[in-house]
Amino acid sequence: MSATAASATATTGRWNRWPLPLRGWRWLAVVVAAVVLGPILVTVAAWGQIDTMIWSHLWSTVLGRLVTNTLLLIVGVGCSVLVIGVSLAWLTAVCEFPGRRFFDWALMLPLAVPAYVLAFTFIGIFDFSGPVQTLLRDLFGSSDWFPPVRSAGGVILVMSLVLYPYVYMLARTAFLAQGGGVMEAARLSGLGPWQSFFRVALPMARPAIAAGTALALMEALADFGAVAVFNYDTFTTAIYKVWFGFFSLETAAQLASLLLLFVALAVFGERYTRGRARFYQHGSPGSQPRIKLRGWRGIAAVAACVAVLGLAFVVPLIQLLWWVFAHSLADFNRQYLDLLMRTLGLGLMAAMITVTLALLLAYAKRVQPDWLTRRAVAASTLGYALPGSVLAVAVMLVFTRLDGWIAGMLGDPGNQWLTGTVWALLLAYGIRFMAVAFNSVDSALEQIRPSLADAARSLGAGPGRVIRQVYVPMLRPGLFAGALLVCVDVMKEMPATLLLRPYGWDTLAVRIFEFTSDGEWQRAAVPAVTLILVGLLPVMLLVRRSVVQRRRMAAPVPPAPEELHPAAPARP
Amino acid sequence: MHRFLLSGLLAAGLTVGGVAPVLADDEVVVYSSRQEHLIKPLFDRFTEQTGIRVRYVTDNAGPLMARLRSEGRNTPADVFMTVDAGNLWQAAEHNLLAELDSELLQDAIPAHLRDPDNRWFGLSVRARTVVYSPERVDADELPGSYEDLADERWHGRLCLRTSQSVYNQSLIATMIARNGADDTEETVRGWVSNLATQPFSNDTSAMEAVAAGQCDIALVNSYYFGRLLNQNPDVPLDIHWVGQDGDGVHVNISGAGITRHAKRPEAARQLLEWLAGEEAQSLFGALNMEYPAREDITPEERVASWGTFRADQTNLSEAGRLQTQAVMLMDRAGFR
Repeated sequence: MSATAASATATTGRWNRWPLPLRGWRWLAVVVAAVVLGPILVTVAAWGQIDTMIWSHLWSTVLGRLVTNTLLLIVGVGCSVLVIGVSLAWLTAVCEFPGRRFFDWALMLPLAVPAYVLAFTFIGIFDFSGPVQTLLRDLFGSSDWFPPVRSAGGVILVMSLVLYPYVYMLARTAFLAQGGGVMEAARLSGLGPWQSFFRVALPMARPAIAAGTALALMEALADFGAVAVFNYDTFTTAIYKVWFGFFSLETAAQLASLLLLFVALAVFGERYTRGRARFYQHGSPGSQPRIKLRGWRGIAAVAACVAVLGLAFVVPLIQLLWWVFAHSLADFNRQYLDLLMRTLGLGLMAAMITVTLALLLAYAKRVQPDWLTRRAVAASTLGYALPGSVLAVAVMLVFTRLDGWIAGMLGDPGNQWLTGTVWALLLAYGIRFMAVAFNSVDSALEQIRPSLADAARSLGAGPGRVIRQVYVPMLRPGLFAGALLVCVDVMKEMPATLLLRPYGWDTLAVRIFEFTSDGEWQRAAVPAVTLILVGLLPVMLLVRRSVVQRRRMAAPVPPAPEELHPAAPARP
Repeated sequence: MHRFLLSGLLAAGLTVGGVAPVLADDEVVVYSSRQEHLIKPLFDRFTEQTGIRVRYVTDNAGPLMARLRSEGRNTPADVFMTVDAGNLWQAAEHNLLAELDSELLQDAIPAHLRDPDNRWFGLSVRARTVVYSPERVDADELPGSYEDLADERWHGRLCLRTSQSVYNQSLIATMIARNGADDTEETVRGWVSNLATQPFSNDTSAMEAVAAGQCDIALVNSYYFGRLLNQNPDVPLDIHWVGQDGDGVHVNISGAGITRHAKRPEAARQLLEWLAGEEAQSLFGALNMEYPAREDITPEERVASWGTFRADQTNLSEAGRLQTQAVMLMDRAGFR
């Protein structure tokens, strides 16, 4: 009763069910996709020149290990974020246990921690010379039994701890949206609690969980900062080795495009197995009784939440603060206010631009879901899996070429119109984080059943009113969430910021780079703590939004068609 | 949310005004892979004395070089500055640096620390040697050479930084130049089999592992040891100069050159010559516990207390020329 799996309507003539049913949507999507794809194509175009010496060297020495390591990382991170994210989401969305209200929002906090920061903090705490093993040696004389920290397990743990919030957030929303009716129906048809979870709730939340896991995996694939701190060789490491060690930007781009191909296959694979099913959720959740966890079950739930939140957020923050107060308080000065404002400003600007583009793409896909539009839209989200530096160089190549043309036309070399401006940087952010914005916007749009617009129109509402009174209120949470996610991601972003920022546009991430690039972790703690605290702003807004959304969901939602009558205007 | 959007729009509006600065003639633009806190005090002093403003972008040398290449003759950069010789050699090789005929620089900077064709100049010297635990390493077993670290007596006692580090790449490149690839590969295999634990991502962590007892000896740049001492003067470690009976300590440079398409080559020359001057040379080392490139300038007090050493005189352009070969060699030897 709460969800229908409606197979996609026949494509022909579908677009005229939507407001603004312009035939030009397809071309709009193609143009946006072209802007996004331009730099990606530059990367792929590097295949024109193949350096066989480097390739045969890689093939005969390190490539095997790199591929194994990368697969291990993906499988490890994928499984862990699924288990951590889904189980915690289930606990906080459906169950009741002591402290649930706190963990409900607190478990989103690790979103503000950049992977590279958690990586060096983690090693600082747990490696042989860190406080934990030192204490163990003082107590027991040896810490040899301690599991190796700089290992595959360590990297997977760190990545999972910073990336699980993507799954947690989306899965939690999905579970909340299902409402109690689903579980009730499942239980009435004779399924036990575990069975109802695995056979009903989980499959229904699958699109959300898949989207979250995909984000986490793409981020894990593109990461360089964290794996570099662990000296764990992955495919990304190979890209940098070829670039910085062999000075072959072409071969680096070739490796990067292989990485993209891999991601593209995974994305299309997921779409394929999901089939053409669409879930339009329209329940009346919020009122269902929660599953009470008593006794050891309650304790286990609290322990799980404490363990994840402690490892991912509390303990690292304490270590960073300790470094700040013990070693580098003197570094803290008024400059940090500028850094902070700039970081936040870039995050907000990038968020607005990226979400606007994502909305155009998502809408085009709904109005004209033909082959070309769908492919263009899917391709536009690939940038998330490109390592930041590779993407930054690609954007730079495009912009310097344009600059060359402009300079040639004006006869004024030495002045740059695009490279080194904030626009180049914002474009790079847009390409890199389109997937993040698109997922939020698209799933918000997907919740608006076509029949809703039909109903509104059959009641005589013009396209303008349908947009104002149906689309805007229902889209707003998704747009807002997408913008906040992009904002957090941009503030944490390092390599593209480094290469493309204009003079004087240093951000907190840049300052972290200055210290960590030379192993000065204690001094990096000052910008790192500041960055985490700034990152908490959008994360808290996200949390607040999801709480508000839940309250809204408790009321009869979505607006019934009669609310569109002039006498009773719909309210968000 | 409206407030959120408004503040964003405001920020966007403010930005548009501040984009695309047009550079004046009394400015010089530096692309630097040396970190801001190590160069800004120098640049500030330079501006004070000459009135020339210095603008800079910091990043890794690789991306900066890619930027120089793709900007071509439209580049705003006048000076390219790195923390190693290999990247300067590459920049020169790709025709990104211009020859600078400066008697002052040629007199001040020793020949092995600058490009034979005068396209780049070392400004500070970084020595790569061993730091060890005096409790667990006897004075008479200290290594006489880098090759000696491959000896069996170091089995399970050695800590190294990753082979991704350009400092290790330069070291191996100069060893190839001296001993040939086969012997060097043999040595690197010996190092790898002596490792007490996986290579670290930075020199400081390697030294901390020695202090904590995970290994007994580590191969590091000397200024990292200086920094560690600044933080904790009681750290139970000591420094030893490798190669004093043989070819000397491997040194690298932090250096710079003028870009091929510099718009303000005169200001750029002024900056480089000022950086080779007495005041800048003492500051250069003092800021980061490095050695001045000029032999007539005494290093910072703590650095001077480690005594003098004989440096490897191999010209550093060899480090650039053989860097790719060095990376491949370390891959083959299993040095991660």
